[in-house]
Order: sequence, then structure tokens, then C-alpha cells
Amino acid sequence: MAFGPDAPTSNADLAEYTPKLEALAQDLGLDFYSVDFEVVPPSFMMEVAVYGLPVRMPHWSFGVRYIYQYIQHRMGHSKIFEVVFPGNPNRAYLVNNNSLPENTLVTAHVLGHADFSKNNELFARMQSQVGYHIVEQAAERAHRIEEAIADHGQKRVEAVLDAALALEQNVDVNFPVNRERFPERIEPHGSGEKERQGPFQDRFQDLPGEGSELDTGPRETGRAPIPPRPEYDLLWFIAHYAPDLEGWEQDIFLSVREESFYFYPVFACQIMNEGWASYWHARLLREAEFIPQQLYLDAIKAHSDVVRPYAGESAVALSMNPYHVGFHMWERIIERQGLDTALQLRAEEDDFSFIRNWLDEELAEDLQLFTYTTRKGRGGEEQFVVQDRDINELREAILHPKFNYGAPRVAVEEMATDGSLLLSHDYETDGRGLDLDRARKVLDYIHRVWRRPVRLRTIDAKGKDQLLEKE
Amino acid sequence: MSQGDETGTPSRMATDNRWYDLFSRGSRDWLRHNEKVRETVREELPNLISGSDVLSRPSDRTVQVPVRFLEHYRFRLRDDQEESETGVGQGDGQPGDVLRRAKPDEGEAGTEGGSGGGDLRFVLELKVDDIVDWIWEELELPDLKPKTTDALTDEDLIQEGWDKRGPRALLDRRRTVKESIKRRSVQEEAAPFSNEDLRFRQLARRQRPATNAVVCFLLDVSASMDESRRKLAKAFFFWAMQGLRRQYGEVETVFIAHTNQAWEFSEEEFFQVSATGGTVASSGFQLALEIFQDRYDPGQFNEYLFYASDGDNFGDDRRSAEALLARHGELVNFMGFVETPQNPLEASKSEMGRLFKALAARDYSVGSYTVHEESDIWEAIRRFFQHQAEEAA
Repeated sequence: MAFGPDAPTSNADLAEYTPKLEALAQDLGLDFYSVDFEVVPPSFMMEVAVYGLPVRMPHWSFGVRYIYQYIQHRMGHSKIFEVVFPGNPNRAYLVNNNSLPENTLVTAHVLGHADFSKNNELFARMQSQVGYHIVEQAAERAHRIEEAIADHGQKRVEAVLDAALALEQNVDVNFPVNRERFPERIEPHGSGEKERQGPFQDRFQDLPGEGSELDTGPRETGRAPIPPRPEYDLLWFIAHYAPDLEGWEQDIFLSVREESFYFYPVFACQIMNEGWASYWHARLLREAEFIPQQLYLDAIKAHSDVVRPYAGESAVALSMNPYHVGFHMWERIIERQGLDTALQLRAEEDDFSFIRNWLDEELAEDLQLFTYTTRKGRGGEEQFVVQDRDINELREAILHPKFNYGAPRVAVEEMATDGSLLLSHDYETDGRGLDLDRARKVLDYIHRVWRRPVRLRTIDAKGKDQLLEKE
Repeated sequence: MSQGDETGTPSRMATDNRWYDLFSRGSRDWLRHNEKVRETVREELPNLISGSDVLSRPSDRTVQVPVRFLEHYRFRLRDDQEESETGVGQGDGQPGDVLRRAKPDEGEAGTEGGSGGGDLRFVLELKVDDIVDWIWEELELPDLKPKTTDALTDEDLIQEGWDKRGPRALLDRRRTVKESIKRRSVQEEAAPFSNEDLRFRQLARRQRPATNAVVCFLLDVSASMDESRRKLAKAFFFWAMQGLRRQYGEVETVFIAHTNQAWEFSEEEFFQVSATGGTVASSGFQLALEIFQDRYDPGQFNEYLFYASDGDNFGDDRRSAEALLARHGELVNFMGFVETPQNPLEASKSEMGRLFKALAARDYSVGSYTVHEESDIWEAIRRFFQHQAEEAA
């Protein structure tokens, strides 16, 4: 039987290697829920990559992404190796026209992800909140949305999805998935039971220096302001406070929000998680005695394609390959700090702390990382100027796109008694104002579900206050 | 370290799920996107049809509209024009090096533009019939009917009933056999056929309304009719033609250009024609009249005449132009004048404008439309269709 980089996957061999790789991974110290692997056609894989889930709610914006992906795929620019959904069991999809060495590598890679998602605290926290069967849960939600389309018509459902999906990243993952509504009335301060605030808040209150925020609220009984403080979870707020939202509409908002919570750890740990999986696929294959020599060599060739810093013949890239950076960071940590420390780090850190704590100057230089700034050339073309290799700037530049789920910080400032909604953009933190045209469109989406006047505060290019309104 | 006790079952490798080939949600949502684009296009219809560049040859029956992908909007920070963006790269770059983006790959199938996905465009092909349907709905117009007051008729022989006598050629065999069976069912030892069984089809002459039309497009191509004016005229002709196509089974077209003489052209050549010379409109009216009389029996055809010019005509030609137009007025269902004036304020005060106004005052079926810029075409077309609908009502 022949195998090589181009031979199609022999399912029997893959099925034979999988339990052996798993046993080896466990021997080496990995700890994971079992994985349901499925080998699927590339067309299906493309859909999984586009929708983020095997079965997900229908929306035209996925269609646009699908066509981009399709064009990329047809042009040979994109090759999808695997998609894995953490859970218990995990679900992993492999592509049936990838070669056996590739899929063997991918199987080992998935085991690395499975270990990461079971043990990383952010993953574990989200999983325990949103459940361990995302694929089935998402399919169930998609089914409910299909039913809503049948009951209420495509246009109405689409309007709700337009708004909910546009605000996908505007959630607050620091609060649990299931949150209590805000108190409607203010209890007189000090009366009744003392609010349970937990040891952290108690300790915080005792801190010297700044006055406690919690003491500054109004002291009389009365209507509590909604929200009591700026609320960054727009999906949650709209789902619970939109004046005329119907049950099925709320269901759609909460569905999108739950999926967004599910995706957050993948987003916030991408460098760690991909690096970890890449480290383990390399190591597992290296130590797998049962894998034939030729298959190993072909698989390692695939490995180096995945973790290379830049494509093909170029010698420089204007982006960072998280597989490459993460892989080398973990390799160095395990080499110098030992496996036990690495296992602890994979449990405790996310990309923010991982990059700040473990990407040092030496490593950044080895990985040839640099920051650049853009400028306009004489002909108006975009130019990229390489900056000094300052490690702090580099770390922040890597992390910059990851803050706040990658979205501008927009909060609910106030819900007035007439039901009108005031949103405000935290332009001081973000450093500049919103793209006003897009912000107006998003406001239109929100208005169609809020059904009362909606306003949004931000600043324009000159730093002047802008109040966008949709009556 | 194994935590197999928590999971219970070992991992599973499933390799045989052929039904995954049946998934096509990506395509479904893509089609929904395209449907939304069509809806958007439909909302933009007035702008669309007035944009002359949507016109392809009328015979194509479709127009191609380049459209962008719809964007699903999200909050995004403003692009910074003054301050530069910061990013992270990897590779052999030294501080101070200036890098440029590599040229995007050639041959991106079906795409134009390159920088980032947001510029992807595709071409939407719209059926002209659909567009005309949309216009009809937009204007809430009734369906037009061929004009009946003129009693334009085709004669037809229509079968009406049966007779016991008739020419052999009209023998209805089926009917005859039926009669024979009926007869034999009540007679004993009956002959298979008798003369009594024979049935012949009866034909009657009936008149039915004519559903043919001929449309003559007459264009002033003298020097003052520049490229942009002709485009406007063409756009109006195109949409008027589409409206008439809905009304009649078959529409024939005649294309005439004139300066101080007139020539007939094929459709392809018609809009390319340019000539120098004065403006003698009667030459065109004369040729149109001759063609109508030679080729199209007024009893068989609904006739339409459309004339586009900037309104000028030689003063000496007024009398003959007026006379010829009056003769046309007697013959045709409708005369339309599309004026693309040099000065929009002077519209309908022009030589030709006044002439058509006078005809309208004499109760001929005449419409005048002033089209100065592309945005006027929608209004002109709307008025034309409404006029037609009222006439038919």
C-alpha cells in the first residue's frame, strides 16, 4: 500500500494509529476528554470553517464568507487541516482528501487541543457554563431558528440575526452566561442584609487610598437606574431589556451570545492553544514507534509547512503565524522550565499573560518578530516601516487585536424611562472614534429590535463629540 | 495520568460519513445573500434604470449590474488617516526597512480589485422582464391591452360546431365514429356506417384583436445631438420598448436616423450613427411614413412612433413637419417625443416641442418627455407607462 503526500487517506491506518497516539499522549502527561473524529469531505470542512460550527443558524453573512473561502480554496490559498470543537467528548473533523501523513499529524494535533481545552481554566470555565456538547446544542439552536423562520418569516428573523450577529463580540465574558437582571429598585443603603460580595470585594473595600465605589450610590429608595453602571454585554442587555422583544427574538439573541461565550477561549488563547497543539503533534509523532519512517518524514514535512513564519518564497511577512510563535514558545518553556511548569502554564494563562510573561527579547529575536507602522508612499501606495525591536511594544502590538474580543468597547449607558437606549463608545480606551458609517448601520440593526429611539456617542476624526441617532 | 474514567469511552475515528456531501448551507446562505442584493437593486431601481450603463443590447433581454458584496456591519474603529497603524510582522526586516505588499496573485477568478476581501465584486444579471415587472408593481400599473377602439383586427377561421354536410377535408372522424356507435347501440344488425353518421366541422370567420405592433424609433443625429444626449434617448427608447413588449405578442422595430436627410439602420448600427448636417425633421417623418405604408398594414399592426431630438428644426421645415406628423397622428396608436434640450429651461418651447404640443391640443395621442440628465429618465418612463395605462383603461 502506498502512501505519500498525495495519496488519499487510508482510513484503516488512521483508525489504527488513533488509539495508539492517544495512549502515547496520556503516557506523556496529556489529559483529555475523548475525541470523536470524523473524516469528512472538503466541502463540508469548508462550511464548518465558515460557520464556526458544523450546524449553525442560517444567515446571509455566512454565505459571503463561504464564497470568500470557496474562492480562496479554489485558488489553492487555503488548506484546512482540522477543526476541533472542545467538549466531552471533543469533536474533531479531518478532511478526507488530505494524505495519511497529514491526517496522522492532525490527529496528534487535535489531542494537543483536547488536552488544552480540558485543562485551561478559561476553557474550563466557559465549558462548564455553556455545556459540553456545543455541536448538538448549536444544531438545536439552529433548528429553533429554522422554526422561527417558518413561524415569523425570513425577513423578521433575519432582522434579529442581523443585529445579534453584528454584536457577537460585544459581550462581557467576565460575567457568567446566566446573569441576574439588575435590581429594579434601590434598597436604602445599610438597611437589610448586607449584600454578599465575596471575599475579593470585601478585601477591596478595605483597601486604603481610594474611596470605595460601592459607597457612592444614591442612598434613598427609588427606581434603580438601568443599567446601574455601563453595561458592555450588549447582547445580554438587549435580550433582557428591549421593550418589545418577543420570546423567540430573545432566544435568538441568547443563542448568539452563548455561542460567542463558547468561542471566546479559542479567540483569547489562540497563540497558546495552537502552539501547544503544534508542540504535541511534533512530539507525539517523534516518539511514536509504531509509525513507519516514511510516514513520519512526510508528516514532519507537513508540520514544517504549518509552523513556518511566512509563505513560500518570501522572506518576510506582515503578519505573525500563531502556530510558529506558539510552537517555539512552548518548546523553549518545556526545554528550560520543564514539562510540569508547562502543564501548569497551559492551565493558568491566556494569550495576554502568556505573551507578556514568556515572550522575551531573545525569543523575539530568534523568531524574527518585528513591529511596523504604515505610511503612504509617494504614489499613495501603502508602505510598512519596520520599527525598532522593542519587546514591550512588540508584545502589545501582538495583543492589541485581542482586546475586548477584538471589537470596539461600546456600552449601554442608559435606558431612559421612555425606553430609548443610549450607547456610548469608550473612545478613550480604544484610542479613537468609531467608523461612523458602519456605526450608523449597526444602530439601524439595533433599532429594528429595540423599537425605541437608539443613540450612540462617539467622536469623529477631529475628536469632536458625535451623537448618532435613530428615532 | 489517564483520565479515561471521566470519559468512559475511547476516542472514535469515523471515516464513512458520505452524507456530509449533501450539506449545502454555505450555498444556501450565499443564494440568500444574492436574493438580498436583488432586493437592494430593486429598491435602487429608479437610479438603476436611469443609469445608461446598465443598457446592453435590447435583444439580450438581460442587463448586467456590477454589485459589491453586501457587508454585514459591525462596530469598527475609524481608519486612521493621519496616524499610522501598527502591526506585527515576522522575518528578515531591519529597523527602518520599508516594505511593500506583494502584488496580489493574478487571475482571481470572478473578482475585481484586490486589496482585502471588501472589494470583491460580482456581476448580477437581471432579466429585463423582471425589471419591467418591478416597474409595473412600483407604478401600480394595470396590464396594458392592445387598443381595441381602432378595431384593429386579424381575421381568423375558427371552428364552431358541426354539420351533417360539408367538404371531405373537414370530416371529423372521431365525431363520426361516435355517432355510429350511438346509432348501432339502438339498432339491431346495423351497418357500420351510414351517411347519417357523418359529421363535418363548421368553420366561421371571426375577428380577433391584432397583437402585433411596430415601433419606429426616429433619432436626430445632427451635430447638436452629442454622445450624452443620444445615450439619454437610447435609455428612454430601451425602456419604452420593454414596456411595449409586454403588451404585444410581437413587436417589430424600425430605426431611422436623420439630419437633413433620413436613413434606415439596423439596431446595432443605429446608436453608433453620427453625421453632420442640418436638422430637417420632416425627412425622418417622411421615411417613417413610407416604411409604415410599405411594410405594415395598419389593419394588422399597432403602430408607435418615437422621436428623439434636442428640439431644434429648421424654421422652413415647420409646415411640412407639421403636416407629416398630423398624418402619422391619424395612423399610429401613439407618438412620443423625447426632448434632450440644450437648455432644460427652454424645454417644450423649442421648435419641435411646440409642434408636438400643438398635436396634443388637437387630440392626437401624443406624449412629450424632457430628459436632461439621467435622473430624468425614470420620470419620463413613468409618465409614458402611465399614459399608456390610462389609454388602455
